[in-house]
Amino acid sequence: MVGLDRKRPESAALEPRIRAAGPPWLDRIRADALDRFAGLGFPTTHDEEWKYTNVAPITRLALDPALRVPAAVELSAPGSLPKGVRLCSLAEAFRAEPDLLEEHLARHAGFERHAFVALNTAFLEDGVLLHIPDGVVVEQPLQLLFAAAANGRPTVSHPRVLVVAGRDSQATVIESYRGADGSVYFTNAVTEVVLGEGALLDYTRLVTESDRAFHFGALHVRQGRSSSFTSHSVTLGGGLVRNEVGAVLAGEGAECSLNGLYAARGRQHIDNYTTIDHARPHSTSHELYKGILDGHAQAVFHGRIIVRREAQKTDAIQRNKNLLLSEDAVVNTKPQLEIYADDVRCTHGATVGQVDADALFYLRSRGIAQAQARHLLTCAFAGEMIDRLKVEALRGLLAETLAGRLEAERGGGG
Amino acid sequence: MLEITNLHAKVGEKEILKGIELTVNAGEVHAIMGPNGSGKSTLAQVLAGRDTYEVTAGQVLYDGKDLLDMSPEERACEGVFLAFQYPVEIPGVSNLYFLKTALNAARKHRGQEDLDAVDFLALVQDKTKLLGMSEALLSRPVNEGFSGGEKKRNEIVQMAVLEPRLAILDETDSGLDIDAMKAVAAGINALRSPERAIVVVTHYQRLLDYVVPDYVHVMSDGRIVRSGGKELALELEEQGYGWLGQEAA
Repeated sequence: MVGLDRKRPESAALEPRIRAAGPPWLDRIRADALDRFAGLGFPTTHDEEWKYTNVAPITRLALDPALRVPAAVELSAPGSLPKGVRLCSLAEAFRAEPDLLEEHLARHAGFERHAFVALNTAFLEDGVLLHIPDGVVVEQPLQLLFAAAANGRPTVSHPRVLVVAGRDSQATVIESYRGADGSVYFTNAVTEVVLGEGALLDYTRLVTESDRAFHFGALHVRQGRSSSFTSHSVTLGGGLVRNEVGAVLAGEGAECSLNGLYAARGRQHIDNYTTIDHARPHSTSHELYKGILDGHAQAVFHGRIIVRREAQKTDAIQRNKNLLLSEDAVVNTKPQLEIYADDVRCTHGATVGQVDADALFYLRSRGIAQAQARHLLTCAFAGEMIDRLKVEALRGLLAETLAGRLEAERGGGG
Repeated sequence: MLEITNLHAKVGEKEILKGIELTVNAGEVHAIMGPNGSGKSTLAQVLAGRDTYEVTAGQVLYDGKDLLDMSPEERACEGVFLAFQYPVEIPGVSNLYFLKTALNAARKHRGQEDLDAVDFLALVQDKTKLLGMSEALLSRPVNEGFSGGEKKRNEIVQMAVLEPRLAILDETDSGLDIDAMKAVAAGINALRSPERAIVVVTHYQRLLDYVVPDYVHVMSDGRIVRSGGKELALELEEQGYGWLGQEAA
């Protein structure tokens, strides 16, 4: 095959690019991560977990030291934050909350088997800390916006986010990645989320990168007892995108809902890889990912659910639904259930189909033109996921953005 | 208004319509009756433009124009309406939005401006009241989670809003309790006018107690085998359809 040669960079060659900006414990982690990355190299399509996603185009960018730029992040929180809540850059966090960082940073997103996470960790420098102390409820949504630099040449950034949600705290977070139309760059983002007992977090990850951009994003979550985590992974942009969500339900009675919506057109490739690890009894997970594919777009969904031996009374539902608008679009969907407990309920299902013929005829029989009827049904398919978003302003914005993208594809004759 | 001549249609290799002859003039109400499998619903679907049926012979003229040559949406915009036997559930599209899109498509076709939001809402509320349908159903997704009766009422609300010139009702009465039946009949009767025609496809006579037809036709094995006045429906009520087999034999 073409373009699959495994790149194994020498760690010595990369070393000078790690700046000693952080505390000694972090330097050790960075050095380990760098060694690990050098050992792993980039994945290839021979790796089962990367079978349908070829990252060769990324490797050429990621290893060029001249292209690395700091992640440009904008933080927004309406009004003043409740007392004790900290939303700041990692650089500031190293000074203000060194113990919290040492306890959690780079402890939840494992890089032993993961080249991109290892690479991000090796260059760990830029990013955000959000700390919500015990019992604090943040009512307004918090936004972390990562905008790729538009400086006319390719760039690479490794943004890092750490969210520590204390016992019985509540918050809504939107993590957003975007870049100028047509620009080429690689965003290699890693987010770690820790939920204390009874914490409730609603987390939206919005990828509207340039259609020529590469995006790798990993979201690793560790949930305490009776905590509730909901994610919305929305991908509308990016040329080659891989989103990973890994949730460990480490406390009894934890609840996890993973929602996903991806819309790809042209030659976009969007890969969603999720792992839900039920480690303790009475935990619940609901997963629904929906995709719309047009043109020559490709999508991958790989949903792994692990139920550990002691995780009795686990209740897990996984679904992946895909709507194909073109004959040239391709979807690969793969559930992977590993169940070691005996008293559990786990169901999964995947569909790949076209716009429903009965619904289409029904709309047309009421005078709605075929193209408009098709558009209406496509937006309605996505609507189920958009309606689940907690932030109302985002629902309207995304419905509009999506409708526009679908319209553009239709108008373009794709 | 509607002239059907020697209409043949098949689904797959199976011929279902085997030479339908039917003329419907403006101002008339026709009932098409017949046993299950006689082709009544197929005829209704073919007239609305469902492409799962292939028309193999014959002609359908609507106001002198070739109806079979038009797309389903063109037929609708020209004033043809089919109330579905099994209304389709459309998750994610609200009933109100659906109605507005449909009405404005027809208005655009006629060279009229979109109806503004206030006038549209007043119109829909008016029709909803007439049909005794709960207004709460308007903001729900089209037919999703509706009961059988609610779905049928919703069909008639759509008809009342779109004001078609040729309405075809496919077993709209099946599965309705007496209150729903009366409400549906009121909706149909409100549409009766010298400019419009209504074709009621039904298995039973009971809807015809409320919507009195000018003509009754009996279909059997893909053909209209008998036509008469409203008294024919009563005759069928007494005799059933058993005689059809004997007549054919």
